[in-house]
Amino acid sequence: MSTKPKLYYFDGRGKMESIRWLLAAAGVEFEEEFLETRDQYEKLLQGGSLLFQQVPMVEMDGMKMVQTRAILSYIAAKYNLYGKDLKERALIDMYVGGTEDLMGFILMFPFLSAEDKEKQRALIVQKATSRYFPVYEKVLKDHGQDFLVGNSFSWADVHLLEAILMVEEKKSDVLSGFPQLQAFKARISSIPAIKKFLEPGSQRKPVPDDKYVETVRRVLRMYYDVKAN
Amino acid sequence: MSGKPRLTYLNGRGRMEPIRWLLAAAGVEFEEVYLETKEQYEKLIKDGFLLFQQVPLVEIDGMKMVQTRAIMSYIAGKYNLYGKDLKERALIDMYVEGISDLMQMILMFPFSPPDAKEKNLESIKERAANRYFPVFEKVLKQHGQDFLVGNKFSWADVQLMEAILAVEEKVPDVLSGFPQLQVFKTKMSNMPTIKKFLQPGSPRKPPPDAHYVETVLKVFKK
Repeated sequence: MSTKPKLYYFDGRGKMESIRWLLAAAGVEFEEEFLETRDQYEKLLQGGSLLFQQVPMVEMDGMKMVQTRAILSYIAAKYNLYGKDLKERALIDMYVGGTEDLMGFILMFPFLSAEDKEKQRALIVQKATSRYFPVYEKVLKDHGQDFLVGNSFSWADVHLLEAILMVEEKKSDVLSGFPQLQAFKARISSIPAIKKFLEPGSQRKPVPDDKYVETVRRVLRMYYDVKAN
Repeated sequence: MSGKPRLTYLNGRGRMEPIRWLLAAAGVEFEEVYLETKEQYEKLIKDGFLLFQQVPLVEIDGMKMVQTRAIMSYIAGKYNLYGKDLKERALIDMYVEGISDLMQMILMFPFSPPDAKEKNLESIKERAANRYFPVFEKVLKQHGQDFLVGNKFSWADVQLMEAILAVEEKVPDVLSGFPQLQVFKTKMSNMPTIKKFLQPGSPRKPPPDAHYVETVLKVFKK
């Protein structure tokens, strides 16, 4: 039995991906159990492992943690990626809230109809370039430091990099109006733990495909149509 | 100019209500600015008050805070409603996030199209009774303490209390299968700061009505 955190989720990004990123950025090795069948999920439910009957679930430090935000906050604090005081934590929380909202538009993308996908792609790019990226561009420009908060690598930096890469997958030149973010992306990508996570063979998951969608629908019996925002 | 936190939102519950609850539970007085017109909202954006062009906005301790969770975590941390260590915080976060998922359904309810309202009400009832309330009933039963986490009043208790009352407004007998939660509700109601908040004339907002929905659509319409 290892003491590594163990992640329970589908073999794909979804809500678990931010957790994988943060653990990786903190240099923490983790194990994964992938949900592939309805039976596996029901077994987890019956065993009482899922507090609100949902995944992600992360077993760590004797806890069966659920709720993505709770898990991320715990990891950030444990591995000193949460600022040095209450005010820095407040800033990090605000910034992460923004990138979470942005990634939220992308989270449901694979489940949309082909027609809705096109509309959503446009919405993602519009929100990224008019609401979210300008904020982080300005933060970096105003203080001129390498990291978003307190001149120190934090959860906010990891989350922003994740968001940038995800939006770029939808529009490859989306950073063209954002020189600070381009430099940020290069800088954060070259941090050893992150560089490793970005290499093939890491636990980073690929862009969700039809097989992923089909697995989620099957395991969760989520057969209803997902509407765009 | 006072040192009190200043809340900017519509004159109604929405995403600001849990923040009002938490400040009130912590015994913190606050001021409120109500958005009534699109122009007010656009001016706030133009003047750089809204980091992501959204409300809630809470001006507190020299910061213009946005993002509901960020604001509440800050308040909970500042007023010692966030547990005594990382593990208690993790529990509080888990409970609060779960309750927040339930509250999200209630938040969206007034904006459902008329033909979806009945189905959505059923969903709220089902989730409260089958997914969320049983968890907290069990937590309270297992440790037999007055509060959800660490035998001490915390953000989680405030959030649960708010959720119980909000669901009861829609499903009056929802606590009938939950004796622990009934006792919890009574205990919370009697805590001085919460008792005060539950009295008429407090900053607590009434359930959203047609006028509130209309104002939301008017202020935020593109």
